[in-house]
Amino acid sequence: MSLKNKAFIVGAYEHPTRDATDIPLAQLHAEVAAGALADAGLTIADVDGYFCGGDVAGWEAPGVGPFSIVEYLGLNLRHLDTTESWGSSYINHVAHAVQAIEAGKCRVALITQAGRPRAEKKTPESDHKGQRQSAFEAPFELPYNMVVTNMYGMVAQRHMYEHGTTPEQLAWIKVAASHHAQHNQNAKLRNIVTVDDVLNSPEVSSPLRRLDCCIISDGGGALVIAHPDVAKSLNRPMITPTGAGFTVKHLNGGYFDILASGGVKSGAEAFSQAGVTPQDIQYASIYDSFTITVLVQLENLGFCVPGQGGRFVADGNLVSGVGRLPVNTDGGGLCSNHPGNRGGMTKMIEAVRQLRGEAHPMVQVPDCALALAHGTGGQLGARHGSATLIMERV
Amino acid sequence: MSVQQLPISPDITAETAAFWEAANEGRLLLRRCTGTDTVFHPPRTISPFTGLVETEWSQVSGDGIIYSFSVTKRHGTEHCIVYVQLAEGPIILSALVDCDFETVEIGQAVSVVFKTSVNGQLIPMFTPSASGAD
Repeated sequence: MSLKNKAFIVGAYEHPTRDATDIPLAQLHAEVAAGALADAGLTIADVDGYFCGGDVAGWEAPGVGPFSIVEYLGLNLRHLDTTESWGSSYINHVAHAVQAIEAGKCRVALITQAGRPRAEKKTPESDHKGQRQSAFEAPFELPYNMVVTNMYGMVAQRHMYEHGTTPEQLAWIKVAASHHAQHNQNAKLRNIVTVDDVLNSPEVSSPLRRLDCCIISDGGGALVIAHPDVAKSLNRPMITPTGAGFTVKHLNGGYFDILASGGVKSGAEAFSQAGVTPQDIQYASIYDSFTITVLVQLENLGFCVPGQGGRFVADGNLVSGVGRLPVNTDGGGLCSNHPGNRGGMTKMIEAVRQLRGEAHPMVQVPDCALALAHGTGGQLGARHGSATLIMERV
Repeated sequence: MSVQQLPISPDITAETAAFWEAANEGRLLLRRCTGTDTVFHPPRTISPFTGLVETEWSQVSGDGIIYSFSVTKRHGTEHCIVYVQLAEGPIILSALVDCDFETVEIGQAVSVVFKTSVNGQLIPMFTPSASGAD
């Protein structure tokens, strides 16, 4: 059953900063919350449902979890959802917010995300190396220097082996992102890069090169989802989720296909619920921690035949106004923003901009009425959460 | 080239002690689901296929092929992480050692070797098989 008209995305805000040295984590969450509520024409007093992941300040403290940020924000809640699936959390939270609103558990749902890895000088790799071996698989993975870059490298290596995908084809994904980022004044990387620029950048972990990777940035974003009655009272474009899917992909005891992400399941479920096909989608936000992340997910979501992702992304096919499928028109995580090493929130926000007609004029998809946001959280080459959301302007 | 720093040592639990004791004896010991007769990894008491506590230790050959790999060069060191598909079926994460990383290929035959970690515990790694056959 479609989610259409059960709830509406009425507020969206992306923090302009990419370097939050002087902004503590809780304050970042508060600033994006204020931004999204102002965008909706609501105030913090209207919020009765709050959704967050493990990126909130104090999450790891004993007995604290989400409570500190709820107190900091001054929220008065009837509903709280802390479903943590790393970078994919916020796309999943939108679906959960629609369910909660439909069930009468809240009327105005606030979702926040923020992080400051630059300020804290924390890379995804340092996070991995410092981790305790509490997960059952950790003693069987960490001694082999398992980090983010080499795990995504193995996905790319296998794709090249099975399908003849080339480094040039992967590079096109960065090139497309850079063509979009040139128009985004807040983007971390605003220079247009060429395929040769990517191929000439230093190898990080074969076959991935430095420009195959996303940027590391501070910042965050927030969304406000509202009951239809609330949404109608606001003078904002009516954007409704219509289909959602979520799954956790894992290694299944060692019997897995590294090229089949959770997107195979979460995408199929979202399309089925929305009653549309990939060919209907006018704009797609696709998680782009690395170039290979985009390529695999485009295949897994059904935008192209499995194995043909390399050909699909080449020659500017993801560039708005040029190619068949405009992807990540804000510049994505590859060029604009990947706040807190969690890309799902910014994926949602650019999809909302496109559906409202509020993307930059140079990248705006004409009359964009149907969009998709998709995220993986965790590691594509191992275990990850996968969330897909299809949205419509009504 | 191989890892030039000793790898970190695994935390050992009652559930996994036999795996690490076997590694110190040069044997690769995986867990087998007796309900489906399937060897799996990493080890756990419950079967990930049936959800039942119907598993036992099972020594495997240590032979397999490279499913995927990635070479990381940093600060003058080289490291090659691998997914190895064992002859018995499961794909396991490890590192490739004692070979030229420039010639590594997916599908290449590899065999287990045991290397010292920081605290002396041996851990399984892989190296191209002596025959050199793919």
